[in-house]
Amino acid sequence: MAENSGLNPKTVVVIGGSTGSIDVLLQLLPALPNPLTFAMVVVIHRKNTSDSALANLLAVRTHVPVQEVEDKDVLTAGTIYLAPADYHLLLEKDGTFTLDYSGKVHYSRPSIDVTFESVADVYGSGVTGILLSGANADGTAGLQAISQAGGTTIVQHPDTAQVAYMPQQAIQNVQIDHILTAPEIIQFLNSSPDVLIR
Amino acid sequence: MIRDDELELLLNDVLDRYGYDFMNYSRASLKRRVNRLLTIDKFPSFAELRYRLLSQPDYIKRFVEELTVNVTEMFRDPAFYQTLRTTILPTLTAKPFIRIWHAGCSTGEEVFSMAIMLREMGLLHKSLLYATDLSPGVLETARAGIFPLAPMKQNSENYRLSGGTQDFSEYYTAQYGYVKFDASLASRMVFSTHNLVSDGSFNEFDLIMCRNVMIYFDKPLQERVLILFDNSLGPLGYLVLGTKETIRFSPMQGRYRQIDSEKIWRKIAD
Repeated sequence: MAENSGLNPKTVVVIGGSTGSIDVLLQLLPALPNPLTFAMVVVIHRKNTSDSALANLLAVRTHVPVQEVEDKDVLTAGTIYLAPADYHLLLEKDGTFTLDYSGKVHYSRPSIDVTFESVADVYGSGVTGILLSGANADGTAGLQAISQAGGTTIVQHPDTAQVAYMPQQAIQNVQIDHILTAPEIIQFLNSSPDVLIR
Repeated sequence: MIRDDELELLLNDVLDRYGYDFMNYSRASLKRRVNRLLTIDKFPSFAELRYRLLSQPDYIKRFVEELTVNVTEMFRDPAFYQTLRTTILPTLTAKPFIRIWHAGCSTGEEVFSMAIMLREMGLLHKSLLYATDLSPGVLETARAGIFPLAPMKQNSENYRLSGGTQDFSEYYTAQYGYVKFDASLASRMVFSTHNLVSDGSFNEFDLIMCRNVMIYFDKPLQERVLILFDNSLGPLGYLVLGTKETIRFSPMQGRYRQIDSEKIWRKIAD
């Protein structure tokens, strides 16, 4: 497990999703606490166009700054980081992001597994992973890594997901801490920051 | 999963034994690559990988090839290639001779893309494309000019979106799932190993392309490599980086002017 006492911020929330996940994000974002005491990293499958349409779409829904990650950006509390199209997003031990153009994972780049595993390696118990709607098995191995590192695992309730496959895969293969509806995820993110550390 | 200290041990080994210096590479990315290698080469443990590496000198070639990321495609980011075609390359037409350096060229897809554009602009005959990589394995592929057939549909689409007007398939002949590019394209290319970490400047260039190579380097190494590029660029030469890379935090940025919103910088002062 990673030693996260020297890290700033203390906690990170990583959110991954594919088909049907953007709608959920658009519900979550306006309801986020202000200011955000943790950092949030978002990995969404999408076409590999390099325009920033998704970042713009998300940014208008929240007062929290939304940033599409560029090489060597530093993870800071109070910011939402979006994995750019066509790059994997990894985190270094010193809190800087690394972009990676290696092969696709689950036909996806960015891959949710890659980011979840990397953040788990750095943050250990300080990470909360949330997996949303999607038609792909990406994210399951990532939640497994978060679980093994002592972090918190959450999936969107499959009955409420536009496509249930992604959360279902995780539930079948990983010990999930919380299976929540979108309003319950909002409630979780607005609870005391201590809840985010096990 | 290998531990952080095991990774450091391995990096020390390849530096001491074989002279490959990955000390300033992104650890998060390297760790993934080594874990991947453990899986695909079926090593039962980290110790087995280390033993193979130290006891079989032949294995270092494969190790370097797998540790470095060699995913690339032709005309990647068509909008960028369009800028190259319409804004950048026309400024080089008056030159008697055009020198271009593809630093970290991998299997050569970008070099061939560049050669195709230069050919269409009537510039290829007076251009020389230097293509370098630290990995000898990928250079063999690049030198042969033989690529898998499957990605050609995407490459062809990229080519069209970048402003290409020819029939892309005229540039290669397909056979048994592979394509071989027109040998006259390769006639203006020079392939050589060059390690950005340890090797110096070797010529003066009008254009240096280094896209998605420095994203694997830490900041001090990025800084050193940018100085190497600065020393290797002639007056008014261009430096081209990947879409998420920048020279913004480098001391040299004051002497460079960014072209439009692309990741292209022109040297405006020496």
